[in-house]
Amino acid sequence: MNPTAISVKNLDLYYGEKQALKNIHVDIDERSVTALIGPSGCGKSTFLRTLNRMNDLIPNVRIEGQILIKDTDIYSDEVDVEMLRKRVGMVFQAPNPFPKSIYENVAYGPRIHGLNDKKKLDEIVERSLRGAALWDEVKDRLKDRATGLSGGQQQRLCIARALAVEPDILLMDEPTSALDPISTLKVEELVQELKKNYTIVIVTHNMQQAARISDKTAFFLNGDLIEYNDTDKLFSNPDHQQTEEYITGRFG
Amino acid sequence: MSQLAEKKNFFRKEKTWREKMEALIPGFLLLCGLLSVLTTVGIVFTLIKETASFFAEVPFVDFITGTKWTALFSEDQREFGILPLLIGSLQITLGAAVVAVPLGIGSAIYLSEYAPERIRRVIKPVLEVLAGIPTIVFGYFGVTFVTPLLRDFFPDMDFFNALSASIVVGIMILPMIASLSEDAMRSVPRNIREAAYGLGSTRLEVSLKVVLPAALSGIVASFVLALSRAVGETMAVTIIAGSTPSMSFSYLESIQTMTAFMVQASTGDISYHSLPYYSIYAVGATLFVITLTMNLLALYISRRYKEEY
Repeated sequence: MNPTAISVKNLDLYYGEKQALKNIHVDIDERSVTALIGPSGCGKSTFLRTLNRMNDLIPNVRIEGQILIKDTDIYSDEVDVEMLRKRVGMVFQAPNPFPKSIYENVAYGPRIHGLNDKKKLDEIVERSLRGAALWDEVKDRLKDRATGLSGGQQQRLCIARALAVEPDILLMDEPTSALDPISTLKVEELVQELKKNYTIVIVTHNMQQAARISDKTAFFLNGDLIEYNDTDKLFSNPDHQQTEEYITGRFG
Repeated sequence: MSQLAEKKNFFRKEKTWREKMEALIPGFLLLCGLLSVLTTVGIVFTLIKETASFFAEVPFVDFITGTKWTALFSEDQREFGILPLLIGSLQITLGAAVVAVPLGIGSAIYLSEYAPERIRRVIKPVLEVLAGIPTIVFGYFGVTFVTPLLRDFFPDMDFFNALSASIVVGIMILPMIASLSEDAMRSVPRNIREAAYGLGSTRLEVSLKVVLPAALSGIVASFVLALSRAVGETMAVTIIAGSTPSMSFSYLESIQTMTAFMVQASTGDISYHSLPYYSIYAVGATLFVITLTMNLLALYISRRYKEEY
């Protein structure tokens, strides 16, 4: 049994008057893959973004409750949001490389966090690209524009970019929804590899994907966390009627 | 009886009035478009024709390398070296750039990355109104406000001077830089900003290291366009900077720009088809070449270095 990486308690989130997350309780294990599933608008992406405070960027968002990472409430005043996001990396739905070279994309994170040593940067870039299973494909053209890569390569570059700042936790917001099946498979294999060292929380629309890659799955519906269970259990013998209906395709 | 049956021949050749109108409309609309093209061609033609008359009497090399411009003096003292006027225009353009580029880019970053939507909605239209103020108003603003203010700091400064004119032209082109640069920065997709924030960037890092480089082509193009406008700016510099062609490159003295000379000459009593008259066109042609080059450069930069996100 792994120790807890993220502990969410009584979490409520409001967009203006509208409540988007209702009293969420979740404990996420270290070095595991947790999948968040549910129909569009159920709050799964919103929940993911509370974990590195990306919701701070949206006006009129109000959050109540606690999210503890390493025993610190990440919404307390003494938390440095930039440091939090360094520890809790994120990969987005559509590949979003910077319009810079492949090298500069990966080196960006370490640079803003104060690393300027060329040799160390080279090492980090190589290690991160290897970590994202992209090194062999791009090692001879690190100076090329990242925007010239294929969609699947771009997404792995974004993963490498996130790894370069050495996070503990990696949040993935439907990372394969814009990719073809072969690229999707590569990213899924990569997730399996990454969970040896990182805690991964992944939002997915694809239930087969959740079943294939995750250890635990959380099912959201209309802002409620309906069921949080071992993935095998949730997909074979869920505790809740609504989960059953969703995974058998009766709605969503 | 139905309309169709009324017609003798369904596949008739003759057209109804409506159809004839419809056929004429594209031609009419084309004319509207052609009118402005033809005007431009006409202007360029006049410019070239009168400039040619000028160079029939004054050697091109003397014009482009001469350091004295006394076009409106009596005939035996006339010299047509454009360098003093070029330097005057260059001084104003550089001075305006020093004022407008940092302020413009600062405003653009603020509006695009920092300002809450509420504030942006007020400031941006105000900036654009600033761009709509007639330039002669800026001229009098310079003479009655900026120049006296500057003379508190530089008591020896001429009443007509390049410094005051540069600052006022800088203020005039500031909205253009701010507004166009802001457009360029806002067109950088949101998901690229999110990527940067997600890696732990501060707002300033996102602005300067991600958004600014990504929008650079549009920003540089806005500089070039705005400076091209500064080169061509006429009323304000005529009123504020005076009419003393000078090679000194001093900001505290009276100077004359190319445009200010053209105003001076055309409001004077020079005779039609005289050499001073033709010199207006020679200066105008020089100005035209410079601003055209700058506008083409802006176009080239924004196309060539456009980012694909």
